[in-house]
Amino acid sequence: MTDRTYGTRLPGLPKETPAGKLIVVEGADGSGRTTEVALLKEWLEVEGHAVVDTGLRRSDLVSDEIDQAKQGHTLAATTMALLYAADFADQLENKIVPALAAGSTVLADRYIYTLMARAVVRGASREYARKLYGFALRPDLVVFLDARPEILLHRSIGKYGSLDYWESGMDLCLSRDLFESFFLYQALLSQEFEWMASEYAFHPVDANRAPEQVHEEVQRLVAPLYGRRFVASRRPPAGPPGSVSRVPRRAASA
Amino acid sequence: MISETPSPNHGFPGRLLVFEGLDGSGKSTQAALLGKWLQSNGYRVFFTEWNSSELVSNTIRRGKKKGLLTPTTFSLLHAVDFADRFERKILPPLRAGYLVVCDRYAYTAFVRDAARGCDPAWVRTIYSFAPRPDRVFYFRVPVNVTLKRKLASRLKMNYYEAGMDLGLSDDLVESYQRFQGRLKREYDRISATDGFRVVDATRPVESIQTELRKDLKPMLANFPTGERLMHDG
Repeated sequence: MTDRTYGTRLPGLPKETPAGKLIVVEGADGSGRTTEVALLKEWLEVEGHAVVDTGLRRSDLVSDEIDQAKQGHTLAATTMALLYAADFADQLENKIVPALAAGSTVLADRYIYTLMARAVVRGASREYARKLYGFALRPDLVVFLDARPEILLHRSIGKYGSLDYWESGMDLCLSRDLFESFFLYQALLSQEFEWMASEYAFHPVDANRAPEQVHEEVQRLVAPLYGRRFVASRRPPAGPPGSVSRVPRRAASA
Repeated sequence: MISETPSPNHGFPGRLLVFEGLDGSGKSTQAALLGKWLQSNGYRVFFTEWNSSELVSNTIRRGKKKGLLTPTTFSLLHAVDFADRFERKILPPLRAGYLVVCDRYAYTAFVRDAARGCDPAWVRTIYSFAPRPDRVFYFRVPVNVTLKRKLASRLKMNYYEAGMDLGLSDDLVESYQRFQGRLKREYDRISATDGFRVVDATRPVESIQTELRKDLKPMLANFPTGERLMHDG
């Protein structure tokens, strides 16, 4: 039974196809991922689906080791890639698989693609990264929020008040200048996402737009998973961005 | 200057000697004796064993205690441990021209993870950074012999070593026998394809050690001792 994963048998995976759907939202830091996941969760719950959201937040299992490594006990690329894979496997098996089996929709704010891109940019081969994550479940849908580097930069600064050390790839020593490093790093990551886009059937969504426009397009992609056709609300967007009260929720049966 | 010929298996001037086999097969004793002999003959020897490293040993211990580990996370955490050990401990002396003696290597993971149900091809892939050793001694021994040694030494049988997590049996000893049996079958299976030098580990310690030393003579014939290395500079 490897057709539900990316080629590697996952020991202990229930034999039955799970009732729940796995929806992944991928995109760079600042692409509006987290906002979109929140909007999507709200919408799906209003539609009556149980939703479990998950991200690359660290599981209990190896979080200490990852923090330790980030504090300067630098590990070589392979070791670090394996450590992140262990962390992901823990979440997959202890959170995602049980939730899907229970019939919940799992909304993943990032998935193996980000981990693979980070590993490759840090020196792992593409082949190695792909096989390493071969045990991951194939999602029912991968939405890729695609935004220009300038947009990412502004949102990043808006979010952190500055640029984040890790999201700027400062550990790679691409440039001593944080600003320049950010652009170089994001370009490298985006190159990896491009490599993956067709292989992993990403659905690209133009994320240079306002959250409500992005959300509407994502809803259009998600609705068919539940056998529905999405009909957008005709009401003009109003209220502050991120407010969920004006989320279009009409979804007619197909 | 390092003058020895690069190994055909990994291209480094050092040599990688690996000891594999079940717990209680006597491999650690033999590895230690061999290391002594090499050192006394003037070779630069680096000895390393794979049981636990600083990095993930706490996690593995914690995970084991809480029963949090699945075959996949178990496998990946051990791979993290091995990768860290490889990059820090094995690779540098290998590049510096040492005889690196490893008590357990990636093969331990191949057999253990396969016995736990992981996809063997996947396990091989995640360890693909580990080069093929110059010699692998496989200490082949029936499970009931290792069990007898284990019981006689009154060493505690641990939960994972007995494969209790697999639910093979509620009885610790029976589970141990069945799980170690799986490991042995897996070792036997890969022994030909991976070019193991099979050592009958039921024989007396001295006779095995003599066999190992004899086996390595040709490989060592052209390998410089530490003294010669220094003079070559």
